[in-house]
Amino acid sequence: MKKLMLGNEAIARGAYEAGVRVSSAYPGTPSTEINENIACYEDIYSEWAPNEKVAVEVALGAAISGVRAMACMKHVGLNVAADPVFTASYTGINGGLVIIVADDPGMHSSQNEQDTRMIAKAAHIPCLDPSNSQECKDFMKIAYEISEKYDTPCLLRLTTRIAHARTVVELGERVELDAKPYVKNPKKYISMPANMIARHIEVEKREIALANDASSMAINKVEMRDKKLGVITSGAAYNYVREALPNASILKLGLVYPLPKDLIFDFASQVEELVIIEDMEPFFEETIKSWGIECSGKEKTGVLGELFARKIAKGFGNKEVEELSLEQLPSRPPVLCPGCPHRPLYYVMNKLKLTVCSDIGCYTLGALPPLSSVDTCICMGASIGMAHGFEKALGREQAKKTVAVLGDSTFSHSGMTGLLNMVYNNSTGTVIIADNSITGMTGHQHNPSSGYDIHGLPAPQVDFEQLCKALGVKDIHVVDPFDIKLMEKTLREATSKDELSVIISKSPCALIIKQTEKPYQCDTDVCKQCYMCMRIGCPAIQKVENGVRVDETLCFGCGLCANVCPFGALKNT
Amino acid sequence: MINIVIVGVGGQGTLLTSKLLGDIGLNIGYDVRVSEVHGMSQRGGSVITYVRLSNDLPLYSSLVEYSEADIVLAFESLEALRALPYLKKGGKMIVNSQEILPMPVIVGAAEYPKNIIENLHERADVKAINATEITSECGTAKAANVVLLGVLSKLLPFSYGEWIDAIKNNVKPQFVDINIDAFNRGMEF
Repeated sequence: MKKLMLGNEAIARGAYEAGVRVSSAYPGTPSTEINENIACYEDIYSEWAPNEKVAVEVALGAAISGVRAMACMKHVGLNVAADPVFTASYTGINGGLVIIVADDPGMHSSQNEQDTRMIAKAAHIPCLDPSNSQECKDFMKIAYEISEKYDTPCLLRLTTRIAHARTVVELGERVELDAKPYVKNPKKYISMPANMIARHIEVEKREIALANDASSMAINKVEMRDKKLGVITSGAAYNYVREALPNASILKLGLVYPLPKDLIFDFASQVEELVIIEDMEPFFEETIKSWGIECSGKEKTGVLGELFARKIAKGFGNKEVEELSLEQLPSRPPVLCPGCPHRPLYYVMNKLKLTVCSDIGCYTLGALPPLSSVDTCICMGASIGMAHGFEKALGREQAKKTVAVLGDSTFSHSGMTGLLNMVYNNSTGTVIIADNSITGMTGHQHNPSSGYDIHGLPAPQVDFEQLCKALGVKDIHVVDPFDIKLMEKTLREATSKDELSVIISKSPCALIIKQTEKPYQCDTDVCKQCYMCMRIGCPAIQKVENGVRVDETLCFGCGLCANVCPFGALKNT
Repeated sequence: MINIVIVGVGGQGTLLTSKLLGDIGLNIGYDVRVSEVHGMSQRGGSVITYVRLSNDLPLYSSLVEYSEADIVLAFESLEALRALPYLKKGGKMIVNSQEILPMPVIVGAAEYPKNIIENLHERADVKAINATEITSECGTAKAANVVLLGVLSKLLPFSYGEWIDAIKNNVKPQFVDINIDAFNRGMEF
């Protein structure tokens, strides 16, 4: 049976057909739909973990116990999970272990363009790179075969245009595999120096064996056409090369680390000119050049942003297609939704002119005008450590107006240790947990503070107040952010106190609750055109000549506009 | 080979529309590429998806680049104008003439361009309809994209039955009738 599948859906299907038993993940664009689709297969245990490190540890435990297991994440999630990954490379596995990592060239929904192939090399583990959904499915099975044959975790790297493209997939059957027996093996699974010194020898041997075998692996394939130009490529870049340079001979790499040295030498010897076309870093290029093979690469395409066919064609000096140039148009950046509980919080922080160390989530959008109230955003959980750094560098008085803001899912992911650090090191700062009880930005995945598991079944819900108390915070407030007077008062007090405060700004995401209030309207007879309501940055409110117009199809009825209106012009009665 | 670019504002249903087109393509034996956008830009930002269908040339890339689109399907006026460079010479554009103001316009940092539809008519083969108004007559403003599909159906080699099957497979059972009504109204244009 054929089906049109997202790359991420096909990864899940591949896992199902490969007999995977356990999958753990933390959501992150462009990887999220993998585990969401895994959850549809009853034969696989799946879960959302609080972060990627935990997800990899769960998968590693499952693999060492004897079954095929997997963890999925976006590229920056692999940084969080790097600790177990680098040592799992030494211990090896029992049942197969595949870690799926989705890179985001072009940064469609990410903070950097890091290239997972480089982490594969640093960790000495193999890495696969599929070009379409069919390969996503097929490569999953191959990844497990490699993992088990060479006793190593295996990375499968996607990029946005593979993860989020639908292409045709031929479905197969699931292979039911018996769990391999777990045998206690301290020399392999306990990472004490004496054991790992011996394991390092195995890692080196394995890598050499894999590199040798790579030249005869079917997923590294040569397509000979015109021998004037030979291109070495992989993944999404292969698709663009086929369209931009239809006559070129191609060595398409399915295994992108370690590289098939013999095959590359052989291919290079058969073509007149050799060019390497790869998304992101010159990863193949540098290695191939280091072998003394003459080739070019990044001077044709650059390292910035994602590849596409015309960019490649341009690099080869092909005649440029005439493109229409357009007048300057207003941009349309993403915005906080109407009714979003982050809006009143950011409105108040903007009013108080706070220095805001923010974090990863929908609430980063509070950085944009008119809320404009974010100073920093780096990575999951960084808000807390950075606000603490501000305080320790500048001193209490100067850092008084510095606060940390992060969401509930981000706090569970990487916030707790930062907060414990603040308690332990006598911080007097303020941490705001913007608790909308869901992982919002990635499309509403459940998490430890949502009260539900990956299947939507009731699950224990963390009590942040108790948790913060247990970490040693004494001054804790739970505030509904739509009560902006109370939020302002609480924030003023917390930031002036000489003790650490936590404010839990608690109100559910407007996209997951039913609208109960009627839309608001502006009474233009009462409106004095002060446009205070425009300062909340609500997409439902537009300025008109004699006041404002509230778009009733967009308005959620949250009432924030009425709350900030000094004249009572906005009503829903 | 047919290249289609679908543009709109996050939340307008470009994903569903592109998936529906891809499903029809697969059902009638075409090779298909659909490229979607997930994540941050979905929160009310500009969104763009690509659909490529072929029963002759092989497809590789899932992207449609500038001057390559046979058809641009736009759910909003400003996004239609923004997507104009995608249209190839002789290509056709279908636009919902609805206007949704972006935040820079709302806060007064930019102006929403005037007379977009006239501007588009001067520069390309454009069919503009107020799909939002038409769907309010069908009983739900949310079926505007299906009205546009009805318009689109005139440009694609799919049978009426194939469209209706795809609508049935992609919308919730209770909304099927409303959506078929919306599709039929679009076909009248």
